[in-house]
Amino acid sequence: MELGKYADTVLSTYAVSLALLIGLVVWTILRGQKIRKELRKIEERGHIDG
Amino acid sequence: MSFWEYANPRKFLTTSERVLPLVWGLAAITTLVGLVWGFFFTPDDFRMGSTVKIIFLHVPSALMAINAWFMMLLASIIWIVRRHHVSALAAKAAAPVGAIMTVIALVTGAIWGQPMWGTWWEWDPRLTSFLVLFLFYLGYIALWEAIEDPDTAADLTSILCLVGSVFAVLSRYAVLFWNQGLHQGASLSLDKEENIADVFSNPLYVCMVGFALLFLALVLYRTGTEIRLRRMKALIARERLEG
Repeated sequence: MELGKYADTVLSTYAVSLALLIGLVVWTILRGQKIRKELRKIEERGHIDG
Repeated sequence: MSFWEYANPRKFLTTSERVLPLVWGLAAITTLVGLVWGFFFTPDDFRMGSTVKIIFLHVPSALMAINAWFMMLLASIIWIVRRHHVSALAAKAAAPVGAIMTVIALVTGAIWGQPMWGTWWEWDPRLTSFLVLFLFYLGYIALWEAIEDPDTAADLTSILCLVGSVFAVLSRYAVLFWNQGLHQGASLSLDKEENIADVFSNPLYVCMVGFALLFLALVLYRTGTEIRLRRMKALIARERLEG
């Protein structure tokens, strides 16, 4: 595959977009896991109300 | 089974946890297949050269940037009318995803525009309405963070969402009713004459489905996180009250 004179243009759009997408997914999962862990800790302290 | 049963946070969490592995898997496979197909297995365009490959990121992200706002609008209306907390939290969860999609659409458009139009940016109706839509996303996220009471935050952000919908509509249809500016018309059309060639449109459809599935997976997961966060704050508040 040859990208020709626009190689920098095409590669930079893919690099920026994939970095943003992967960053969004990683941030979403890490934040979700952190809050899940904190909630479990609070519930284990004995304040489970069903 | 009624759709409104999913307004129950517990029911939403159990159902979303069951379907999420499948949605994540489908999103990853579809997006990957679409992008690999588009990047490696499509020819150069006779005018745009290899920059035509940018379409596989630009169009799906622009589509999701607008549709994310419409999803938030629907969820906000449900909150205003029926006061279901899950719908307000789903709108909150979708906002950062929509904002990132808008950034991708703006950045890919700017990088493509430089060699094709000779400029990174033009105050064209579609580009400008997209930029304003991005600012609305930022304002919406900031408003959620600025207000402590979650119900008041949901009320005010819902109103902001209604107002911002004007720009979501403008972003979508600006090229049709403003016959000016650099941005070309829609790449995809039901009219075979106007539609782009199948060799480009087929991987593009796959990318669009992939981005839609990715949006769904992210919003389901993030809504679950918001539900847990709300419960956590309620439990902490109760602990404080009990001393």
